[in-house]
Amino acid sequence: MRYSLLNLVRQAFSGHRDWQPAWRDAAPKPSYDVIVIGGGGHGLATAYYLAKNHGIRNVALLERSWIGSGNAGRNTTIIRSNYMLPGNEPFYEWSMKLWEGLEQEVNYNSMVSQRGVLNLYHSDSQRDAAARRGNAMRMHGVDAELLDTSDVRRMYPFLDFDNARFPIHGGLLQRRGGTARHDAVVWGFARAASDLGVDIIQNCEVTGFAREGSRVVGVETTRGTIRAPKVGMAVAGNTSRVARFAGLHLPIESHVLQAFVSEAIKPFIDGVVTFGAGHFYISQSDKGGLVFGGDLDMYNSYAQRGNLPAVEDVFTSAMALMPAIGRVRLLRSWGGVMDMSMDGSPIIDHTPIPGLYLNCGWNYGGFKATPASGWCFAHLLAKDTMHPVASAYRLDRFRRGYLIDEKGVGAQPNLH
Amino acid sequence: MRIRCPFCGERDVGEFAYLGDARALRPDPGLPDAEERFYEAVYLRDNPAGPHDELWYHAFGCRTWLRVTRNTLTHEILAVAFAGPNEAKA
Repeated sequence: MRYSLLNLVRQAFSGHRDWQPAWRDAAPKPSYDVIVIGGGGHGLATAYYLAKNHGIRNVALLERSWIGSGNAGRNTTIIRSNYMLPGNEPFYEWSMKLWEGLEQEVNYNSMVSQRGVLNLYHSDSQRDAAARRGNAMRMHGVDAELLDTSDVRRMYPFLDFDNARFPIHGGLLQRRGGTARHDAVVWGFARAASDLGVDIIQNCEVTGFAREGSRVVGVETTRGTIRAPKVGMAVAGNTSRVARFAGLHLPIESHVLQAFVSEAIKPFIDGVVTFGAGHFYISQSDKGGLVFGGDLDMYNSYAQRGNLPAVEDVFTSAMALMPAIGRVRLLRSWGGVMDMSMDGSPIIDHTPIPGLYLNCGWNYGGFKATPASGWCFAHLLAKDTMHPVASAYRLDRFRRGYLIDEKGVGAQPNLH
Repeated sequence: MRIRCPFCGERDVGEFAYLGDARALRPDPGLPDAEERFYEAVYLRDNPAGPHDELWYHAFGCRTWLRVTRNTLTHEILAVAFAGPNEAKA
């Protein structure tokens, strides 16, 4: 059933008793054309674009728990395309463009809000770096504005501009960046994919791959063997575990990233603000809670929870940037398992095993990439060629030395 | 999370800096397949969900390098020893 004002009014007259479930909770069939492992945003977007762009509707999407139970529901909902390197920027800008039309595309309110992403700088050298990044973005046709202190003061007068150690000298603003409602992104893609015939199969954990010679021809799951000539993995933090079933050894480490939300307060921060002197980013949800986060805990982890030193680091940064929130109480904190790659950039590629395709390495920037990741992974699965905007995301780039190291910190995944 | 440093005793994880997988050792550059081995040592990781051997530096303590075996699913510390050439004797 299409969501529209007309249908809302119609349902109101019948007491809202006739709304249908947003998607079918399907049982697995013995075989499909394509299997996508992972019912997060990326997997669901992949399944949707396979059906929508490529007409491949006989698709199974396998999720070991419920859809959106992993990082799709654990991020800080920020969308942006303020990347610098040629391998990254066209991809993230394509994602931004897809965000801009997403709600109409899938007929679901994902609460995409282009409220602006402001990256602050605190020194002359950081201003130079911000100007360089802004120029790189503009050369790719992406909006970027370099702001000085007075511009930032007009936007966020309550920041600690004259902080003795980290005075705010200005910021790089991407007005088209912003936030989206992460769960609604999952539900929107699920509903749209399901409507096109995709089977969304929950509580179905992959326990191995079905092989014929060297080929992968399906998956073994807790709900039986499911066969398909093409299997795509979009399992984020669990990439190494699932890849091991196929004998793959990958340039990925899993790390825990914590995020936080405060009690709801009145409208206070109307965009996304990031601190330049530490790792800290904050926005305010439409419900009123301040949503914020910072660095990884730094050690390998699959635990989906972190430790207090990382919490202290985030709160210290918060107080250095905006002391005004010092008495706001924390409501919740949680952790997600990030698939940290060795250069901080993702992988959307074939694997050396015929029939098995890989989508991983999103570090802690996977949410903003959701639509383009699905778009490009669907392209790869359907056509067996890399999509032009994702052509740099090769698995073999580490062996060949073509790294996409946006931050320039080398093969130390916890620093990306 | 606390790590029992063999020299200092049990200390909060905030005193330690993390390097990573202890098994990713620098290969001998003289080997015929050194290029491949370097690629594997620099970029490829087992990334296990379970016991993981890793290197930690006691930065705000005795400043020694430690080899820690830690469960990545639970954060339980299973074993701690000095890292380095004399590690077996420690």
